[in-house]
Amino acid sequence: MMFASIFALVGASALTIAAPWLTGYAIDTGLGVVTSINLSGDEVTTVEGDWGTLWVAIGLLAAAAVGRGAFVYAQTYLAERLGQTMAYDFRNDIYERLQRLSYAYHDKAEIGQIMSRATQDVEGVRMFVNMGVIRFAYVIVLVAVSYGLMISTNAKVGLVAFAFVPLVAIQASIVTMRLRPIWLGIQDLQGQMANVLQENLTGQRVVKAFSRTEFEQQKFDAKVDDLFHESYRTARFQAFNEPFLQGVWLLSLAVVFWVGVIEIRAGNMTAGQLTAFQLYLTLMQVPVRSIGFIINIFARAHSAGARVFEIVDARSPVEERDDAEPLEVARGEVRFENVSFHYDADSPVLKSVDITAEPGQTVALLGPTGSGKSSVVNLLPRFYDPSEGRILIDGQDVRDVTLDSLRTNIGIVQQDVFLFIASIRDNIRYGRPDATDEEVIAAAKAARIHEFIESQPDGYDTWVGERGTTLSGGQRQRVAIARTLLLDPKVLIFDDSTAAVDMRTEFLIQEALRNLMRGRTTFVIAQRLRTVMEADQILVMRDGEIVEQGQHDNLLEAGGFYRQIYDLELRDQDEAAASVLAEGGVD
Amino acid sequence: MAYWGGGGAGGWSGGIGGQRGGRGAQVDMTNRRGIDGWDYDELGKVYDTALIGRLIPFITPHKWRAIIALIATVTLSITSYAPPFIMALALERIIDAVAADTPESLDQAVADTQFYGLLLVGLAALMFVAAMVQRLMTGYIGHHLLRDLRSMMFGHLNKLSLSFYDREEVGRIMSRVTSDVVTLQELMTSGFLNVLSDILGLTIIIIAVYLLDPVLATVSLAVIPFLFIFMVVWQRYAARAFIRVRQAIAIVNANINENVSGVRVVQSMVREETNLEHFDNLNEQNRQMNLDAAKLQASVMPLVEILSTVATIFVLLVIGLRAFDGALTGAEAGSLALGFTLYIQRFFNPVRDIVLQYTMLQRAMAGAHRIFEVLDTEPEIVDPPGATVLDDVEGRVDFEHVKFSYIEGVPVLRDFDLHVEPGESIALVGHTGAGKTSVTALVNRSYDIQGGRILVDGHDLTTIERASLTRRMSVVLQEPYLFSGTIRENIRYGRLDASDEDVENAARAVGADEFIEQLNEGYDTVLHERGQNLSVGQRQLISFARALVAEPRILILDEATATVDTHTEQIIQRALATMLKGRTSFVIAHRLSTIRSADRIVVMRAGEIVEIGNHDELMAADGVYADLYRMTFTQAGSEDVLTEEAASARR
Repeated sequence: MMFASIFALVGASALTIAAPWLTGYAIDTGLGVVTSINLSGDEVTTVEGDWGTLWVAIGLLAAAAVGRGAFVYAQTYLAERLGQTMAYDFRNDIYERLQRLSYAYHDKAEIGQIMSRATQDVEGVRMFVNMGVIRFAYVIVLVAVSYGLMISTNAKVGLVAFAFVPLVAIQASIVTMRLRPIWLGIQDLQGQMANVLQENLTGQRVVKAFSRTEFEQQKFDAKVDDLFHESYRTARFQAFNEPFLQGVWLLSLAVVFWVGVIEIRAGNMTAGQLTAFQLYLTLMQVPVRSIGFIINIFARAHSAGARVFEIVDARSPVEERDDAEPLEVARGEVRFENVSFHYDADSPVLKSVDITAEPGQTVALLGPTGSGKSSVVNLLPRFYDPSEGRILIDGQDVRDVTLDSLRTNIGIVQQDVFLFIASIRDNIRYGRPDATDEEVIAAAKAARIHEFIESQPDGYDTWVGERGTTLSGGQRQRVAIARTLLLDPKVLIFDDSTAAVDMRTEFLIQEALRNLMRGRTTFVIAQRLRTVMEADQILVMRDGEIVEQGQHDNLLEAGGFYRQIYDLELRDQDEAAASVLAEGGVD
Repeated sequence: MAYWGGGGAGGWSGGIGGQRGGRGAQVDMTNRRGIDGWDYDELGKVYDTALIGRLIPFITPHKWRAIIALIATVTLSITSYAPPFIMALALERIIDAVAADTPESLDQAVADTQFYGLLLVGLAALMFVAAMVQRLMTGYIGHHLLRDLRSMMFGHLNKLSLSFYDREEVGRIMSRVTSDVVTLQELMTSGFLNVLSDILGLTIIIIAVYLLDPVLATVSLAVIPFLFIFMVVWQRYAARAFIRVRQAIAIVNANINENVSGVRVVQSMVREETNLEHFDNLNEQNRQMNLDAAKLQASVMPLVEILSTVATIFVLLVIGLRAFDGALTGAEAGSLALGFTLYIQRFFNPVRDIVLQYTMLQRAMAGAHRIFEVLDTEPEIVDPPGATVLDDVEGRVDFEHVKFSYIEGVPVLRDFDLHVEPGESIALVGHTGAGKTSVTALVNRSYDIQGGRILVDGHDLTTIERASLTRRMSVVLQEPYLFSGTIRENIRYGRLDASDEDVENAARAVGADEFIEQLNEGYDTVLHERGQNLSVGQRQLISFARALVAEPRILILDEATATVDTHTEQIIQRALATMLKGRTSFVIAHRLSTIRSADRIVVMRAGEIVEIGNHDELMAADGVYADLYRMTFTQAGSEDVLTEEAASARR
């Protein structure tokens, strides 16, 4: 394809350059408008052409036009194709990489940043291939050969014409280079304005609750005002430059004409040649000015390319070993042996943690924010790798098995349930796209969400997310439970940090959870007293260490950190339950 | 750009009573949704008198600038399209003068050369000035217009009641304020003048070529209709192709965005392969759409050039015919050839522009239509003329037989009657959809009711200036909503004249001071978009402080602790007693201790009060409340609960 586009490029430029020359030839030779010196030494202008020559000239002109059309078409299309294909490859690479990069990467990366790389920067690179590389070659060939032809036809007029090229090219480059930061500034302002607008619209309830309409209007007006001043400043800047470039070009036509006429009078030039010159100049106007534009694209592509490759080349700290074997889970025993973990060297998150979860056990993790609970559950599916120690599932080190087999065997229900913009059905079978409708329904029933789904107008085909039904937190959590049930994992992680949902939802989640945990080794980051009480082991964590370990009753008696947490955060639930029991409210 | 659009619509908008406005009054804006929930890219009528009439007032303040821009445009057209005519004229005279070869004629030739040369240089200068003036004027008018339109739309949007926001997606409203106004501005400034200058340009070309030579003019102009037809047909396909390109890339970007946001689920569910396959598909579709568009784009120049070559050939042939017959002198032949070939080169631009502007006109009309749709939406809640301004609020709230529905025919509150003493705390209890949130939303007149009255301190809400009421009323919602800016600014949002000390006192009172002071920048910590750099719990603490700094007489807590972590909840629990003390309050909560501590508990079902009283009274009554209370701790009635949820969702 590269070869084809170069061929098309050469053909297109050659024939483009030929056109004015052929027109000049048709006028001078075909029509034979000749200013010559006759015998008496006088200059006369005569028409000396004949039909034969004129037809030849016209035939050439027509052939050149058709040929040029074909080449220009091929060249434009191929350049676009090259650029688009490259952008396509880049997007796939970025997508693939982003999916494979571990949590450590995604924790730091901001989604806005990633998106701007995947969109604007890829576009920048595409423009570079299309406009920068191919177009630039075309422009350079065109400009060089056209002016070369003009200078060789008539050095004086040709040089006069050429004098304007650097002037226009330099001015155009300066303008685009200076405009770029201004444009970025304006884009930034537009972003700020959109932000104020979006916040105002999404936060309308708050705005109304505090009657802050006027305040918001001032905020917005300040932004649109800034935007006005900045945009108008740019407009003023461009108001000079664009006309200047146009004016210079018209000036070059005028000066070339002037000098050309003098040359014709001196007998050094023909009318056809002058016409050809004027046509060349008309033809060159856009290419010469686009030099500035192209230089700008170079500058942009340089930084854009670097940013794109930053993603494509990013290495995940969690890599599969070359000789990794699939994980075989028979029983579901999980062991943490002397596991330490830190994000950066000076702040350890986990310090020498040992955990043994017997097959089918429920392990509850309890502790304040930042105590390391989440890290424990994130290390198991290798979202991160421990800095020290090892984690074994049925005796196999998680770093020795394939990532796919590891993660398929571990089901995770996150605290912040992420649903995709798709039907509820597709969300439930997200982990197993081949699941039958019956399986989906069975999972939804076990997750206690089936009845709710059925009540929706489109049932399982109801869309969730932005444009569909808005699900409550509890409903989302149950969809996530159904999604995990369908995977039928041997090991389960449930991050349940949400404090209070309404009583009905709480009840349903409890039921769903019980179905989910049955027969699986489960790690629960727990907030609900009921879950904690029913756990086989409670691990109480503080500052990256397990400070207490045991079951509810003996931990309560021990009067340590668990007791404190219980008194502060769990007792309320217990008392309420107790009062219900005392009143004999249980059927 | 589509990737952030509507991204912020989450949270409260769908949460009101669990009922999303679906059917009903919003016929206006429901159709024409694009793939990403935005408005379809569409083409409207080219000329809509009513719309144009409404646009004129926006231009009138700038009429002098507009007139100057008009004059500059005319000048610009003349200066850019006259030169070939002058060159042809000059060439003929000069060649003739040289050919005559007398001393006078040679002098004349020198003078002519100077004259025409200077004329062309002068035209270049004039063109420069005219173009500059035109751009300055249109730039000024255009950006002014943008500012005014946007500010006006923003003001209007803020007047619209919450019911508008319940049914509209933020992304769509956004695109009207951000991009539709730009299309309109382009139309009203450069768009209009460009069409004018193109029409002028074509006219000048036609006049000039007819002055040069009528026969040649007719021959060469014969290609213009073909050029027009070709461009119109081309444009029809191209407009569609470009819309498809925009849609395709929007889908691709939305997919990347979603996948990155959900990357944790993707990895834990081992969906990488499937997703990549799907993405590859979308990506390839996008490439294909682009290539289709590229084919169309690549075809323009070649065809145009072939057409102009045809014209050139005709001109040369006709000149040849007449020159070989001796009907033309060499000078005439040369100068005509020059003039015509240059003009033929210039045909194309105005023709192309006119066709392109036609499409732009269509898009601008569609944009204008959408803008006026927003501006024409009547605010449902407005202060009546001579509204009572409350100097202070004592805090008595009376609901008198209130009837309310979001959607006609689907009642949310039926005959709701409740009288709250100043300083009393009311807990609202009931299932989702029972109407609890609606009660709280009505107290500050977020919606108007369909029957009965709501009184604050004995004044009917519809007679009070709303701002004077909300000044002494605060709300904390389930989803903490913060604005960009510092923590201090966010707390001060509750009362703009609060001193730094007031802000810090409020933070201390709700227990937010502890974490704020641990931040490096303390109260001056800048929040990222909607406070994403804080935990939900921390954000909620700030919104509590914001509510408190307003020194409200009436306080509404709508499931304010439902999404926070237990640690934050503890902090809030501790602060609650001080917050509620001496204030009329409406509390929706799940925490039993909170409900128990209320002066009165209002148990609601299907928009009606079924029980009312304090905790002990209600437990003793052993009714709905006692059932609800027990349910959390028993496993009984699973099926009931499921069907009940389904039933309330159905409503």
